[in-house]
Amino acid sequence: MKNMIVMTLGLLLFSGFASAAGDAYIGEHVQTNIRSTDSLRKGAKTYMNYCMGCHSMEWQRYNRVAEDLGLTEDEMMNGLVLTDAKFTDKMTIAMAAEDAETWFGKAPPDLTVIAKARGLDWLYNFLINYYVDPSRPTGWNNLTFENASMPHILWEFQGIRQANFDVHTDAEGNETKTFNSFEQLEPGTMTEQEYKAMVTDLVNFLDYSSEPAQLIRMSLAPWVLLFVVVFTFLAYLLKVNYFRDIH
Amino acid sequence: MGKIASSSSKSASGFMGWLNDRLPVTQFYKDHLSEYYAPKNFNFWYFFGSLALLVLVNQILTGIWLTMHYKPDAEKAFGMVEYIMRDVPWGWLIRYLHTTGASAFFIVVYFHMFRGLLYGSYKKPRELVWVFGMVIYLALMAEAFLGYVLPWGNMSYWGAKVITQLFGAVPFVGDALVEWVRGDYLISDATLNRFFALHVVALPLAIVALVVLHIAALHTVGSNNPEGIDIKKHKDENGKPLDGIPFHPYYTVKDIFGVGMFLLVFLFIVFVKPDMGGLFLEHDNYVPADPAVTPLHIKPVWYFTPFYAMLRAVPDMQMGALIMLLAIVVLFFLPWLDRSPVKSIRYRRWPFKLMLGLFTITFVVLGWLGMQAGSVTLTRIAQVLTGFYFFYFIWLYFYSRNEKYHEVPERIGDH
Amino acid sequence: MTEDVNKSRRTLLLSTGAVGVVGAGFAAVPFLKSWLPSERAKAAGGPVKTDISKVEPGQMLNVLWRGQPVFLVNRTERQTAVLESLNDQLKDPNSESSMQPDYIEDIYRARKKNFLVVVGICTHLGCSPKYYPDLVPQSFDENWKGGFFCPCHNSRFDISGRVFAGSPASRNLDIPPYTFLDENTIEIGTDGEQA
Repeated sequence: MKNMIVMTLGLLLFSGFASAAGDAYIGEHVQTNIRSTDSLRKGAKTYMNYCMGCHSMEWQRYNRVAEDLGLTEDEMMNGLVLTDAKFTDKMTIAMAAEDAETWFGKAPPDLTVIAKARGLDWLYNFLINYYVDPSRPTGWNNLTFENASMPHILWEFQGIRQANFDVHTDAEGNETKTFNSFEQLEPGTMTEQEYKAMVTDLVNFLDYSSEPAQLIRMSLAPWVLLFVVVFTFLAYLLKVNYFRDIH
Repeated sequence: MGKIASSSSKSASGFMGWLNDRLPVTQFYKDHLSEYYAPKNFNFWYFFGSLALLVLVNQILTGIWLTMHYKPDAEKAFGMVEYIMRDVPWGWLIRYLHTTGASAFFIVVYFHMFRGLLYGSYKKPRELVWVFGMVIYLALMAEAFLGYVLPWGNMSYWGAKVITQLFGAVPFVGDALVEWVRGDYLISDATLNRFFALHVVALPLAIVALVVLHIAALHTVGSNNPEGIDIKKHKDENGKPLDGIPFHPYYTVKDIFGVGMFLLVFLFIVFVKPDMGGLFLEHDNYVPADPAVTPLHIKPVWYFTPFYAMLRAVPDMQMGALIMLLAIVVLFFLPWLDRSPVKSIRYRRWPFKLMLGLFTITFVVLGWLGMQAGSVTLTRIAQVLTGFYFFYFIWLYFYSRNEKYHEVPERIGDH
Repeated sequence: MTEDVNKSRRTLLLSTGAVGVVGAGFAAVPFLKSWLPSERAKAAGGPVKTDISKVEPGQMLNVLWRGQPVFLVNRTERQTAVLESLNDQLKDPNSESSMQPDYIEDIYRARKKNFLVVVGICTHLGCSPKYYPDLVPQSFDENWKGGFFCPCHNSRFDISGRVFAGSPASRNLDIPPYTFLDENTIEIGTDGEQA
């Protein structure tokens, strides 16, 4: 039995290592709560208002989101959705991929499962680490995703910031830049705390969208495991009973 | 059931009598369950055979159900998985049972094989049991790889590209062979379609047939045990081994307990951590297949990584592919490489224990290395470990010839 | 083996077996339920809105709902007038064993007397009946008073979709849920309040 426990623990620990992200700048860890319907609703609202102009959620349906977020059809379609889509429609967008490619150089990706692909910390840091950079076509650059082709959509809330870098020159004259700090050039309409809360809700919604079934999955888990524990315990007693025959 | 079994099959009465005259059901039940005598001292390591069978059934059932909702079409495949995850009632659970089952299969099989190494289960007279097992392992690797391509994520795509590229290592016809395997000049819809056919029909049929052969061969020679003692040497007046107990009910009951323990871990992963943090379901595979963009860090799923590390360790594509192939082939010959008359590690001396321990660590570390992004130091380590992997078998061949060992008792329990 | 061991063994066998069977039952649920219509199918099978302003009296419009034909018939006075007189030739004149919403009753089987909405699938073996509106003798019925005739196995229905005795079909044509959104728009698939 000891073996099995060690094996399980080992496997779980191991899985922690494997999830470590690449070399993107991840300055902060995001703490989301998928159980908070309120946070998910706020995130959904931000998504519909600011993201869905360019990013579809091709595999997500409005009625599923409404159901999981406890919204009525009316609240969803008239309160949140800006297009004349049907309630059972998927969350697609009108912008054609080809057009988008000519406008942005690269079609904005579908965001249905982006949280699975990038991880929550990456998304959160990406959205809070924009700074002005006149050398970029959009005027914006990003600490987490260098030379991102997406402009800072939420700049009004965060305001305009400049990034200060320390420049090191080694013996051969090669320069390396390391990030030092942000400098607020113009204030946004939100405080830093409010802005980060908004991004957290948005990331929470993206997490939800990447797997709506996780809500039911997580709520079933304790019952399923409890059932198996009962079964295993009985099976153990039965096994012990039979092996009393063996000497 | 007990009653049916105990009634003599000769007296053809009732329904069972009628049936047995036409199909020897009762005899089969006796031969393989109620009168199949297994050693009485099976331990933890002996759960994994029946667990492998359980996982196989799980894969077949969930697999059949997944094919009901999936289309092997390069345009749609990625979306089909999301369709199963969202639109199909309970589709998410069926898919997670299948994806977690794939990894569980390898965990269980690796433990099962390690048991064989510990107790010398591959040795005479069980050589064929081992060889069938190895063929199953090979088929399983092919099956897992083909299945991994079906979600058509970016890792599926590039993984398929890299693995099919290996056929290019075949001398003279390599390039033509790669094209033939892919059915196109690149990994495409044609590739996806044939992989689907192989994954859902051809290989499952082969694996089931091989499992039947594996068990038939085992039941012909009888099970080994942690002591490595042959229980057939000492039988009672009825021909029943003194140290054997009927598989049913004793080991069926014990295995059911094993199933419970397994399900606890398995369902925990399915319900709480189905991605295993990117180990069972990789992050990059949530990006749709894109022939223009290679994932930054391309690697196979964890169960292939020991061999992948060997492939990468060799600075030559053909040699690397050959080394990787040899690493698997050499395992087939284990029954003839280990020439010691003693089966169980319990009666072998420290050199064997030490070397088997190092071999195990080597395999695990190679697996870890196969997951890391390449670096000069790590490649150097992988080269050393690949060398040791093969050295182990050469060492075993010579060492086991005149090996000193502890005396093996006649009966189980005689110490 | 003592009596005690025997007894506790039987108890354990039964309880483990029972829990196992219950567990197997739970495990079967996802597999069985995954055969139900998916969200995609439900979305595609959603309500269908149709403009009926162009359907002249006596005419029929055929629309697809959930992949099956639904007949929208603007019935004439003459067509509905004969319904009463057909009652004794029918299998189920009052539609007691029909598949229809609760608000569908009486011999007209419609929310508006002149307007019939009916699933155009024969309740025998699933062919789609043809619409024969005129009250003139037909090769299949000399006393034809208008209705539907299924060419597959000669089932005959009146203009309310009620099946004639002597037809292989045993049930009247099904009526789907529908709502008049306004005078000229009908929505098939919803049980809304009558506009």
